[in-house]
Amino acid sequence: MEKEKDHIEKDDLRRGGENVIEITDLQKSFGEKKVLTDINLVVKKSENLVVLGRSGEGKSVTIQCIVGLLVPDGGSVKVFGKEVPELNDRELKELRTKIGFLFQGAALYDSMTVKENLEFPLTRVLKLKDQTDIDKRIKEALEGVGLPDAGDKMPSDLSGGMRKRIGLARTLVVNPEIMLYDEPTTGLDPITSREISELILQVQKKYKTTSIIITHDMECAKITADHIVIMEDGVYIAEGSFEELQKSDNELVKSFFSDTL
Amino acid sequence: MAEQLVLTGWRKWLDSVGDQGVFFSRFIKNIFSGGFEWSEFVRQCYEIGYRSFSLVGITSFIMGLVLILQLRPTMVAFGAESMLPHTLSVSFIREIGPVITAIICAGKIASSIGAELGSMKVTEQIDAMDVSGANPMQYLVVTRILATSLMVPLLSIMGDVIGLTGGYIALNFTDKISFFLYFNKCIAALDFTDFLPALIKSIFFGFAIGFVGCYKGYNSNKGTESVGVAANSAVVTASLWIFFIDMVVVQISTILFYSK
Repeated sequence: MEKEKDHIEKDDLRRGGENVIEITDLQKSFGEKKVLTDINLVVKKSENLVVLGRSGEGKSVTIQCIVGLLVPDGGSVKVFGKEVPELNDRELKELRTKIGFLFQGAALYDSMTVKENLEFPLTRVLKLKDQTDIDKRIKEALEGVGLPDAGDKMPSDLSGGMRKRIGLARTLVVNPEIMLYDEPTTGLDPITSREISELILQVQKKYKTTSIIITHDMECAKITADHIVIMEDGVYIAEGSFEELQKSDNELVKSFFSDTL
Repeated sequence: MAEQLVLTGWRKWLDSVGDQGVFFSRFIKNIFSGGFEWSEFVRQCYEIGYRSFSLVGITSFIMGLVLILQLRPTMVAFGAESMLPHTLSVSFIREIGPVITAIICAGKIASSIGAELGSMKVTEQIDAMDVSGANPMQYLVVTRILATSLMVPLLSIMGDVIGLTGGYIALNFTDKISFFLYFNKCIAALDFTDFLPALIKSIFFGFAIGFVGCYKGYNSNKGTESVGVAANSAVVTASLWIFFIDMVVVQISTILFYSK
């Protein structure tokens, strides 16, 4: 009964929610290699959208286009109704303050302690000056990811799972409206992977973030996804909820779900 | 086929020159865009200056010592033994001190900046700064280039003093000369026109070391081997730039100060 209610809520969200990210006919090539071919994608407010696909299919390229790290060759990428490739430096910087990006390897600044890592966006991006406020936000963010005592550690002292959590805390400390996760569970053991997936879900519920989760981990998709799209050869071949895709007749979709419980 | 290779080579070289021009203009823009990273600048000055001091000191000391040992027999043959402090001080202040310091710094600093930024690029730390809305050019590049532009001339001045001290010790192996007389002779041989071009070229050397290190690291490819490539290429390119700048500054200063 609860599962059905949840399913109905997710359907309502997709039908009625506000579009936060809209991608139309997105194309991107690197030299001769076409990575994205006419990608179309809509992400609704407060939705967790999972993009599934094999490695090298251009999933990460898609989110790098969203955040302006890569410039698309064609098509449109709109975030909050603004065309990202057309933004100037100042506008792009402003937009990026609303977007959190968790990199595959967490990308912690390895010359800084965990606390300094979290302090960096607060002082440089939000331009906070009050040390008490800064310390309070850092404490909250570290508690939010379950590592309240990690502040004085160096990134090299952290395990893979801890690095991901701190990377997540560093993005959450500035209260982003959109979260982009690039392979959040890659390289982690199954237990830590599940913990990170559950943390992603908690983040969405607590901060009401709109998220895109790039992954090929079905467990992560099952836990976090409101909606799933599957990518093959630079195009999306299927979309729907986890339950809908599980029943799909498409051979590639089936191959993704074959090992899922 | 060969023509095609030459054309591709030229195109790559022109691309690289264009890229460096864009990188330079971004560097200049970011110096004046506000929010200068003072604490990182001071940290870099410490890393670049203080941590290179012993290496520059030892090298300069040995250079001063060896130069006197090498020069002495020839100067004695010409009966110009008393000119040894003059010769050493002019050659050291004008040329050897700044160039040796810059070459040492190219090996130590340019490679370390290239490797550090290259590794930050590979591990997506630079992208992470960029997407967070922070300014990696200002935090990583501006601070390092300005720190090298300030610290290399200071290291060069200190290297000069230590090099001359090395010369004093070498001279006392065979002759007896007092410390004050030796340094009096060294200073008396020098003119404003010896210091100024040396100082100016040291600033350019420092700039080249920082700029090349940052450019190579910041623009390295996203593979682990590219960290090594960035470090190696930073040393080679910075060393070439040092000799090129030296040639230009010596030409200009000869025209301005020494030609009669």
